[in-house]
Amino acid sequence: MTGLLAKAGLQLVLLLLVAPLLSGIIKTLKARLQTRRGPHILQSYRDIFKLFGKGTVIPETASWIFSATPYIVFVTAALVGLMIPMTTTDAPLSLFGGVLAVVYLLALGRFFLALGGLDAGSSFGGLGSSREMTISAIAEPAMMLAIFTVALAASSTNLSEMAKVAVSQSWKFLAPSQMLAFAALFIVLIAETGRIPVDNPATHLELTMIHEAMILEYSGPYLALLEWGASIKQLVLMTLVVNTFFPFGLSSDWTLRGLGLGLIFYLTKMLLLACLIVLVETTNAKLRLFRVPELLMVSFIFGALALISTFLF
Amino acid sequence: MNTLPVSMIFALSLAAYSTGALASLATWRKPALCRYICCGSGLAGAVFGGFAAVLGVLQGTPVRWMISSGIPLFAYSFDYDALAGFFNLTLAILAGGVSVYSFGYLKEFEGKRSIGFFGFLFHLLLLSLTIVFTAANAFLFLIGWEVMALAAYGLVTFYHEDRETRRAGLLYIVMAHIDAGCLLLGFALLMQVSGSADFASFRTAAAHLSTAQQAAAFVLFFLGFGIKAGVIPFHIWLPAAHPVAPSNISALLSGIVLKAGIYGMARIFLDGLGVLPSWAGLLVLIVGVGSAVLGVLYALMEHDLKRLLAYHSIENIGIILIGLGAALVFRVAGHPQLAAVALIAAMFHTLNHAIFKCLLFLGAGSVLHSTGTRNMEELGGLIRPMPVTAFCFLIGAVAISGLPPLNGFVSEWLTYQSLLAGFGATGGLTRILFPLAGSMLALTGALAAACFVKAFGITFLALPRGAESRLAHEAPRSMLVGMGCLTVACLALGLGVTWFLPTFDAMTEQLLGRRVGSNLISSHGWVLSEGIRHGGTVSTVAIGIGLLILLIPAVVLVSTGTRRFARRRGPAWDCGLAGLSEENEYTATAFSKALRMIFSVLYQPRREIQAVFDVSPYFPKAIRFESEIEPTFEKRLYVPLKDVLLRFAIRMRAIQAGSIHAYLAYIFVTLVLLLLFGVRP
Repeated sequence: MTGLLAKAGLQLVLLLLVAPLLSGIIKTLKARLQTRRGPHILQSYRDIFKLFGKGTVIPETASWIFSATPYIVFVTAALVGLMIPMTTTDAPLSLFGGVLAVVYLLALGRFFLALGGLDAGSSFGGLGSSREMTISAIAEPAMMLAIFTVALAASSTNLSEMAKVAVSQSWKFLAPSQMLAFAALFIVLIAETGRIPVDNPATHLELTMIHEAMILEYSGPYLALLEWGASIKQLVLMTLVVNTFFPFGLSSDWTLRGLGLGLIFYLTKMLLLACLIVLVETTNAKLRLFRVPELLMVSFIFGALALISTFLF
Repeated sequence: MNTLPVSMIFALSLAAYSTGALASLATWRKPALCRYICCGSGLAGAVFGGFAAVLGVLQGTPVRWMISSGIPLFAYSFDYDALAGFFNLTLAILAGGVSVYSFGYLKEFEGKRSIGFFGFLFHLLLLSLTIVFTAANAFLFLIGWEVMALAAYGLVTFYHEDRETRRAGLLYIVMAHIDAGCLLLGFALLMQVSGSADFASFRTAAAHLSTAQQAAAFVLFFLGFGIKAGVIPFHIWLPAAHPVAPSNISALLSGIVLKAGIYGMARIFLDGLGVLPSWAGLLVLIVGVGSAVLGVLYALMEHDLKRLLAYHSIENIGIILIGLGAALVFRVAGHPQLAAVALIAAMFHTLNHAIFKCLLFLGAGSVLHSTGTRNMEELGGLIRPMPVTAFCFLIGAVAISGLPPLNGFVSEWLTYQSLLAGFGATGGLTRILFPLAGSMLALTGALAAACFVKAFGITFLALPRGAESRLAHEAPRSMLVGMGCLTVACLALGLGVTWFLPTFDAMTEQLLGRRVGSNLISSHGWVLSEGIRHGGTVSTVAIGIGLLILLIPAVVLVSTGTRRFARRRGPAWDCGLAGLSEENEYTATAFSKALRMIFSVLYQPRREIQAVFDVSPYFPKAIRFESEIEPTFEKRLYVPLKDVLLRFAIRMRAIQAGSIHAYLAYIFVTLVLLLLFGVRP
């Protein structure tokens, strides 16, 4: 029990610390690729720290749902982070929820985020909620198909079990089914983390925004929780992709050496994936909202092909 | 050992419902007394029924008793086995909640409508459901089935002065009789083989069924029970009939009357027809997937709160059928263990859907009771005048969206796990169907979440959109207690699932010969697993505790992280206009607009905008907007079918000349034909 708590505590600290860093890295990389200087790599930490020190304004029209939402978003993202293997195959809470629980806990956060968007009563919030729920709904089957492909190969939906199987066959990602599943999941990752070409995290233009529209009315500590939660969610989804398809360097236990090595490998892999995301973001234009389903349909077809090729190859 | 108590308590529950029916009629002149009697006896019947069900489910051996009637093929025979016990338990939970709720709800009927007649039909419905779930004789079952349909018809058309209600009632009664006809034919087929109307005799006769007979019986029963369960494409009566009934009755109709169809399928497909071939299971699975996806897609387009819920019933029946179909396929493929897991998934979802759908309909009933409208576009901001109703509705919405840690999540999780296991357990191309069905289930879940964000967000949050919702008030206390009980049930079944699952052991042993309940539980009852080594595991209670523990740092960060933290209220951003009003808010139609565009192939949306303007079209003085989606099944399937039937009927009119001689000739010819068939063995 104490071991479990210690592991969970350690991973929680790692999760909370790395998540804003990753957002910062992505912002900086993106700026450099666009020959801008961009914000400092630690700017996300400064933002969160500053926001916690500010007061908050709650819309007169809002109810308790508005205030409860930031907590729920933050807490679900953090709990999900404890269920996925980060540096070791043995995730602290993987026994208590596999990949299905991960997907559905994130959905719980999204459910309340969308309610929080509607609660203020302004049209922006409703617009964001409507779009968020729409896009996540059509991303869901593609995500599940890709996840099923991996889960069927490991014959388990338990993430630690899936990671163990992945480690035992590190070069499996070269198999067509895994490559297709990776492609499908990557598209879903772009959609779920609200990046170009699906959403643009950098603007507050009403034509482009989805996530930003929902949290428009939030300020101060509530906004900090939401931003932090969003960055944890991004970290979690990226970790999921990285560790299921490229399990290199995942340590099998919680020894100091294993953890240190695992951490180095983990950060390198995450950096590479971040580069890929930045590349996609910079080389693409934001899609019209009604073109997004086509992109996600591509992802769904990748997933279906991945599934079919599991028993062809 | 417990034989006597079960039958005694069960008889008491039947007696409570019967007395309730008669006493309600007898006291119809005294509405207040009648209301006490109606709700009191309903609650008593539910308590006895629930108690009997718990005893019946827990003990493995079925209790049988029979009173012979003297009529050939017919006997008052009841069989209280684990399956019957489970459905009776579901019925009892709902009947209890609804009875308490009705105490406050029926008050507004006093002096306006006959509570006596309502109570009579209400108890008749509960009584007939109990009989349907326990009958062991085909004719007794059919009588219960028919009484159930008629009582439900009476309740659906309770507001009969409304034209829409009468039309819905007519549609319902027509469909109910088509399904009863299918069942009658199905039972006739089985009786021909077994020579008896006893369910036990069907079981033994199943081995003598030829493949064609088995297939024919399967199709007939699937049609019959499918229509009752509201499976697409036989669903059209459901979204018409459920919303127009009084809300407490809508809750029962969606919660338990639909489940009579599921009960019938479980009883006949798993018990009465022998081992069905795998195409039958796949058909159930595919129809289930279709119902789930189409049901939720149609629900999204509704802005009538109760119709929206009715469409969600179709969706959830689809999810139940996915589990049931998977169980049928696994059984014939020789994996009884997996079949048992799939069956538990289906049955647990049956119970869960019954509870949260009942809760949601009661919540919608409170809203309707308070504001007088079901149209979401006129609601809004109800969380302030109706905080308790809003909270109960929110819990129901989270549960029906399949979100952890509530009960809907657990049964969907079990369904996913059995679908994934199906990939390894079956061969050939059919195995692809299982993960694909899983991905469609994911789509359904995500769309359901979108739909309930809309339903809860538009109805309860932000600013009121109409005068009615500005004057809203909280529902009476008894209605809140009724909803509260069901809310607690949602939470308890979600968090305490590992303590509940062993109750399915007797049922799976009876139907599939396996007890898997205990295999599904590991780590001293804290973790739910799929029963396969290294398979999936989940623990809703740990998720719940984990969420609460993680809440501590979040709260600490927000409240004590800094001394300068201040919380104040201010206006929401109004784009620089003169303050926010309900005109700025998103509407239900707008919320689902994106999905309407994406799935326009299905919906075939039509819209019409007429603007009146003086100078420039950009400054309209008045604007009229109209939008509708095509009712595909009605237009493409039922209208042509109705036309064909009418044309046929006109042709048939030729022989119905009204001449008594002709009719005498018909009777004579029929008699001769019947004698020819009857005398020849």
